[in-house]
Amino acid sequence: MSGIVSYGSYIPRYRIKPEEIARVWGVDPETIRNGIFILSKSVPSPDEDVATISVESARNALRRGGLKGKAIEAIYVGSESHPYAVKPTATIVSAAIGTEFSTFAADYEFACKAGTAGMQNVLGMVNSGIIKTGMAIGSDTSQGAPGDVLEYSASAGGTAMIIGRENVAAEIKSTLSVTSDTPDFWRREGQPYPTHGERFTGEPAYFRHITSASKMMMERMGTKPEDYDYVVFHQPNGKFPTRAAKMLGFSEKQYNEGLLTPYIGNTYSGSMMIGLSSILDVARGGNRILAVSFGSGAGSDAFHIEVTDEIEKLHNRKVTTVRDMLKNVKFLDYAIYAKFKRKIVFGEEIE
Amino acid sequence: MGELSRMWREMPSRYRMQGDRCGNCDQVYFPPREICPVCHRDSIGKMKDVDIDGAGEILSFTVVHEAPPAFLRQKPYIIALVKLKEGPVITGQIVDTVPEEIDIGTKVRSVFRKISEDGKSGVIHYGYKFVPE
Repeated sequence: MSGIVSYGSYIPRYRIKPEEIARVWGVDPETIRNGIFILSKSVPSPDEDVATISVESARNALRRGGLKGKAIEAIYVGSESHPYAVKPTATIVSAAIGTEFSTFAADYEFACKAGTAGMQNVLGMVNSGIIKTGMAIGSDTSQGAPGDVLEYSASAGGTAMIIGRENVAAEIKSTLSVTSDTPDFWRREGQPYPTHGERFTGEPAYFRHITSASKMMMERMGTKPEDYDYVVFHQPNGKFPTRAAKMLGFSEKQYNEGLLTPYIGNTYSGSMMIGLSSILDVARGGNRILAVSFGSGAGSDAFHIEVTDEIEKLHNRKVTTVRDMLKNVKFLDYAIYAKFKRKIVFGEEIE
Repeated sequence: MGELSRMWREMPSRYRMQGDRCGNCDQVYFPPREICPVCHRDSIGKMKDVDIDGAGEILSFTVVHEAPPAFLRQKPYIIALVKLKEGPVITGQIVDTVPEEIDIGTKVRSVFRKISEDGKSGVIHYGYKFVPE
């Protein structure tokens, strides 16, 4: 059975609190804190982008798996903030981890589920025998217009999943997707910030796709919510995933480990995958995980995952865990945040 | 265009710290050298690629206050002499910290970061920097 051979995440060290953003825009911080349940969000350093976050995630995954870059035969990077409009991030990751010249590679975009689409792609290639081992990365340095509600949540981070047939630490027993044309969130070519379709965000987009994909997966596998040790959904804020979990009949104990948005914000393509990574950091052989991503536009990818005893070998290599990355952070004020995020613009002749 | 070709040629060492080892005297070099400066002609054909781990310690450092354009958003920033675990001493930027939090002897490890951009439409250069352990 194929599945996750190793995994690795990366979250930038800098953070900003929503009350600091609210202070600048004259918004009551309590309404933000209660409305979206985000206590802080990660901020990329000026020298970090999706390529650097992807490479750091990939290296953590290789270290944890005791693997060299040459073992990776395919790389797919999902993001909505690739550094180039034309020139794949996957080529940069490939060079940085030292894969062979003979490597499958491409970049994906499907709002926040581009990384899990990559996982499905690699899984398909492994199952069909085209490759033995491949890597899917979900990574973003997401954008939110100054003062917009997205500015309180849009953050940065990524996760790399190495998928193969040998030494599988978490078997992917099944995967499925749901897709519809829903105008909940988009960004046109050349626009610096995305637009959201207000009323479409919740019910017709996030909840419909997440709950449908979850129910379809449980029906396919003949499982009920109580059959899972952990559940993780895409996390645009701290409220949506917990509400979706409760709608489906999952308990706090099942969703707490994978719920990272209150501490790091919405890492978009990295969101559900970082949650899954955090679960794998503590999971034991025999644990069952339901993981469901959501990408605006819209769609969801669901995975039924069963952890094997091989996970202990990954834990024993003592690579930085997701929870480790929540410690020793540095908080920024809005002015430094604006400088880091290039919201303060220099002329082309200066920078 | 010369800069673009040089960056492309140096990618293995800039991206993943590929150095080399003299097959004659076993000395490790980073950045890699075509010929060992100790063994000279005896090293010809014996220089072998070696992956540098990226772990090291700060031998000395300085804080740059007058930054070139590519580093305006990062100033003041730290440039250090880092002694790598494998032996070579190299110059590198120390990031995600402030001068008060580091010292001579601080353990560091390499990270993959953006170094500079050739304007808004040019290529983006990536390479290694260091963060405290």
